[in-house]
Amino acid sequence: MKSSPFVPLAADDQHLLGLRGVSRERIERILDTARAMKEIHTRSVKKVPTLRGKVVVLLFYEPSTRTATSFSLAAQRLSADVQSLATSSSSVKKGESLVDTATTLRVMGADFIVMRHHSTGAPHHLAKHMDIPIINAGDGWNEHPTQALLDLFTIREHKGQIEGLTVTIAGDIRHSRVARSNMWALKTMGANVRMVGPPTLMPTDIQDYGVEVYTDLDKAIEGADVVNILRIQQERMTKFFFPNLREYNFYFGMTPDRLARCKPNVLIMHPGPMNRGVEISSPVADGPNSVITEQVTNGVAVRMAVLYLLAWGRHKQTPAESSELLWSAAADETGTNEQAD
Amino acid sequence: MNSGLLIRGATVFNPSTGQQAIGDVRIESGTIAELGTNLKPNGEATIEAEGLWLFPGLIDMHVHLREPGQESKETIATGTQAAAAGGFTTIVAMANTLPVIDDKTGVQYIMRTAQMHGVVNVYQVGAVSKNLQGEEMADLGEMVEAGAVAFSDDGRGVMNSLLLRRAMQYSTLFDIPIIAHCEDHNLSGGGEINEGSVSTATGLAGIPREAEITDVARTCIIAEQTGARLHLAHISCAESVDLIRYYKKRKVKLTAETAPHYLLLTEEAVQNYDTNSKMNPPLRTEADRQALLEALRDGTLDAIASDHAPHTPGQKDQEFDQTPFGIIGLETTLPLLLTYLVNEEGFEPMDLIKQLTVNPAKILKLSEGTLEKGAPGDITLWHPQKPGKIDKSRFRSKSRNTPFDGWDVNGRVSATILAGNVVYAASDGPAADLKK
Repeated sequence: MKSSPFVPLAADDQHLLGLRGVSRERIERILDTARAMKEIHTRSVKKVPTLRGKVVVLLFYEPSTRTATSFSLAAQRLSADVQSLATSSSSVKKGESLVDTATTLRVMGADFIVMRHHSTGAPHHLAKHMDIPIINAGDGWNEHPTQALLDLFTIREHKGQIEGLTVTIAGDIRHSRVARSNMWALKTMGANVRMVGPPTLMPTDIQDYGVEVYTDLDKAIEGADVVNILRIQQERMTKFFFPNLREYNFYFGMTPDRLARCKPNVLIMHPGPMNRGVEISSPVADGPNSVITEQVTNGVAVRMAVLYLLAWGRHKQTPAESSELLWSAAADETGTNEQAD
Repeated sequence: MNSGLLIRGATVFNPSTGQQAIGDVRIESGTIAELGTNLKPNGEATIEAEGLWLFPGLIDMHVHLREPGQESKETIATGTQAAAAGGFTTIVAMANTLPVIDDKTGVQYIMRTAQMHGVVNVYQVGAVSKNLQGEEMADLGEMVEAGAVAFSDDGRGVMNSLLLRRAMQYSTLFDIPIIAHCEDHNLSGGGEINEGSVSTATGLAGIPREAEITDVARTCIIAEQTGARLHLAHISCAESVDLIRYYKKRKVKLTAETAPHYLLLTEEAVQNYDTNSKMNPPLRTEADRQALLEALRDGTLDAIASDHAPHTPGQKDQEFDQTPFGIIGLETTLPLLLTYLVNEEGFEPMDLIKQLTVNPAKILKLSEGTLEKGAPGDITLWHPQKPGKIDKSRFRSKSRNTPFDGWDVNGRVSATILAGNVVYAASDGPAADLKK
C-alpha cells in the first residue's frame, strides 16, 4: 500500500549523520574540499596542522578495517589526536549505554566522535545528547555517508560531473547503508539511479524516492556510466533471501561477459570488502574499468574534508575564510617535527 | 461509607439508548438509582454540572499495568490513578506481567492488589498459554473461577494453531472471549516499524503487513470452526478490517478493537527515529488510517482501547532497535478522540462513547459502562470547552512514553466517579471539593 509523500530528514550541519535531506550545496562543498585535501596526499610530508590539539575518537561497535583506518589516517593528516575505542575491550562489554560511553569520552576531551553502530539511528540518538560533532561511519542498514561521498568524489574525478549520469547499484540493497547513502546523494546531485538485485533484497517502495528498480542485471547495466556492486553477506541465505551463492553469482554477479556489454568507459566500483567470484569476478575487479582501489585512496581525502568542515563549522567560520589559514599553515609545517601522538 | 451523590444539569450521554439530553443522575449505595430532570437533593453530596458532559464511567479493555514484576514502569496504584485522571473507571489488564498471569494465584494477586491499592475497577485477562510460550495451555478454568474475564497471550501471537484451536474450543465452556494479538512472528521477527517507504528511507527493519493480516485470517477461520468467541486486539491494517467484515457476515462471534494512535498517526511519525512512536503492531499508512476510521463508522470495529504500554524514560531513550514497543494512552485517549475524531473526522461524540462503554462491556460481559438503573455508579464528567494541551509532565502514570505530548485538545476530564465516590477531580471543576 502506498504512503503519502515522505518528508526528508532535516539536515543538521553540526554533524554528519547521513545524506538524506543534505543539500546539494553542502555535498559540493565537501567534494570540493576533498579535492584540496587529496593534494596533501602527494606531498612528501602528508600532514597539515589544521586540527592540532583536537581529539577525534573512533567509537566502533562493529568490526571495521578500512573505514576505521581511513578515518584514523584522515584525522592524523590534519594533526588531530586519534583514539580508537574497540567496544569488545571497553566498558560497553559491561553494559554501559551508548550515551554514557560517549559522554565519558566527551568529558575526557573528545572533539569529534566518529561512530559505527549496528543499530539504525544510533548516531541520530547520540546526536540528541552531545554537543560535539557526530560523524556516522555506518549505522545498521541506514547510512554510510562518507562511503557515498567518496563514491561521488571518485565518479566526479573520472566523469567531470555527476548530474545526468546513470549510476547502477547492484546487489543487497535491502541491508545496504552504502546503497541508501548513495541513493540520497546521487539523486540530490541529479544522477539517474538504478537499483538491481533479487526482489527479496529490494527495499519495499524504494521507487518512491525516484530510483528505477530492476531485477535483471543485464538490463540494469545497459548504458550505465557507473556500476557500483555491493557486497553480499554470506549469511543471507539463512533467512531465505536466495538459495545459494552460486545462483546469486549466476543472476547478479558482475562477470567479464557482463562487463563486455557495458559502455566501454563504465566505472566499476565496490565499497569492499569484496567476495571475489560471488558478486564480482576477479578480472572485473582488477580490470581497467575498476576504480575500486582509487575509492579507498579517495576515502581518506573525503574524510579529511568532512572533519575539516565540521571543525570550522563549530567555530562559526566558513571554509572559504579559513582556507588561507589551512594552506599557509601547511606550508610552514614542512620540515618541522612530527606531532607527538 | 457513601450515602449517595447527585449530579445535576449535565448533558447526559446514554450510550445504551443513544439519547443525549440535559439531565440529572442520582447514585445511591454505589449504584445508579435514578435518571431524570430537576431531581431534588436528598441530603447527599451534589455536583452542579452545568456545561459538562456526563458519560457512564469509561472502560479501557486493553491495558498493561506491569505489576507484578515491572513496577518501575507502572503499578496497579499508578496505573489506576492514570485511568481515573483519563476518565476511565474500569480497565482490563493484560497477562504479560512477570510472572505471567497464567494461573489462579496470579489472578487472585491482581484482584487483591487492585482492591487494596487501585482507585478504579481492574479486571484481569488470563494467559492462553503457560508463560506465554505458546506450548502448554494455561489454567483457563481456574483463572475464570478467580475472576478472569478473557484469555489472551497479548504481546505475542499464539503461533501454534493446534493450541489456538484447543484453547478456543475449551473457552466455549465459559463463554468468554479469546483476545487475539494477531502476529506471525516468522514474518515480523526483527522488525521495528511498518515495512514500506518509511522503513526504506530510514533503514529501520520493516514489519510487513502480512504479519497481521495472515494471522487475522487464520484466527478467524479457527474461531468459525470452533464456535468460540473471538476479540481481535489492536487492529492496524486495512486488509484486516476487510477480513473482519467478511467473518462478521459469516456469523463468527467476532469483535475487534483498534487504538487511538492508529486513528491519529501514520508511519511517518517514526521518520526521525522517535522511539515514542514505536509500537507493535506498528503505525501504518494513511490508507490504513482511513480504513480504520471507516470501520469505526460502520461498526466493523467495536471498541477503542488504549493498549496502554508503559516503559521507563531510560528504556525509551536508547538506540531504536533496543527500545521496547509500546506507548501509554490512559491519560490521552479521551481528549484525543473527542478533539481530533470529532473535529477533523466528523465523528459524533456519542458514537465514540459507545466504543468506550457499552461495546467493551458487552464483549466482556461487564455490568459497567451503562447508566441503567442498578448499574455501578461509575460516571465520567467531561468539560468540553476547556482548551489545553497534552502535558506528559502532569501524567499520573509512572511512564512518559507518548508521541502526543504538546498536542492541542479542546476539553478535559472534570471528574471521575467510581461507585458514587469522586476518585479524580480537576482542581477547577465542580467536584473538586468532593475528592477525598
